[in-house]
Amino acid sequence: MTNRMIRIKENIFKSNDGYAAEIRQQLDENHVFSINIMASPGAGKTSLIEHTITNLSKQHSIAVIDGDIATSIDADRASAAGAKAFQINTDGACHLDAKMISDKLVELDLKSVDFLIIENVGNLVCPASFKLGTHKNILIASIPEGDDKPYKYPGIYRGVDILIINKIDLLPYVPFNMDYFLTGIQALNPGVIIFKISCQTGDGLLNWFDWVDNQFSKNFVL
Amino acid sequence: MHELTITENILEIALRNATKSNATQITDIHLVIGQLSAVIGDSVQFYWDYISKDTIAEGAVLHFRRIVAKFQCMECHFEFPLRPDTLTCPSCQGFRIITIAGDEFFLESIQIENLR
Repeated sequence: MTNRMIRIKENIFKSNDGYAAEIRQQLDENHVFSINIMASPGAGKTSLIEHTITNLSKQHSIAVIDGDIATSIDADRASAAGAKAFQINTDGACHLDAKMISDKLVELDLKSVDFLIIENVGNLVCPASFKLGTHKNILIASIPEGDDKPYKYPGIYRGVDILIINKIDLLPYVPFNMDYFLTGIQALNPGVIIFKISCQTGDGLLNWFDWVDNQFSKNFVL
Repeated sequence: MHELTITENILEIALRNATKSNATQITDIHLVIGQLSAVIGDSVQFYWDYISKDTIAEGAVLHFRRIVAKFQCMECHFEFPLRPDTLTCPSCQGFRIITIAGDEFFLESIQIENLR
């Protein structure tokens, strides 16, 4: 009997990243633009998705994959707004991983879709670690959560391409120092694209719709 | 909760590499965890004891080598650790900060027994 050490040095997320790369390839081959929306519970992920579907479903064929610990409330809302909606119940898991998305894509006819929205499980920690293969990672921060969130959850703020600040209509009513919040963003993610919106009043949503629509002319000429 | 997924990945990597080397037992697993990787060692240990049962990794000791987060200011090149409440450079208050350590999360090595 011998006893020896084997050097490995393998990233723990390697298998997830492998699935993510396959997903991206599938999406690209089918000319599907895709986004992964992350946020804490109640920040407005489903509301933003509803508005986006309502506004863009004439020009685009939209599919939504909703991740939740339980229920199909979010997928039902996306479906009512006019998208093809698919629910993933994670049975307690705090995030979606690339394998779950890969399994779900089998049910989805990618040829008939040009915009895939993935709504991640409401959580500011775990989803940051699991890439899903989407073209853009998006974080929604909302005013009532407080201005200290970039400082407390740097991981998720560092890793996203787009930051949407929702519920700006509540700024007069809650203590939220926008300069302090944006200073944190600047340090963590200097190039991030920022949208300030309110899903309640509709403020700023047109800029967001324009941005989404522009992604198609840029990358996905069909 | 995502430690369960992570622990399953650790087991898969360890078993795959041990099998390649004809191991009969994995005795130790060495992990490297950066401060920013949001992984709780105690939680990994908890799931490990459960999912490694009846495999050659059962009873393996998990070792965690932790890497303290380190940032560098792109303006004045000052290096500094993670501090509460602020993310700007403590020396020049600059905004342009890069992470030079703390993101790591990998399986470094395993200790195995085999018959040869």
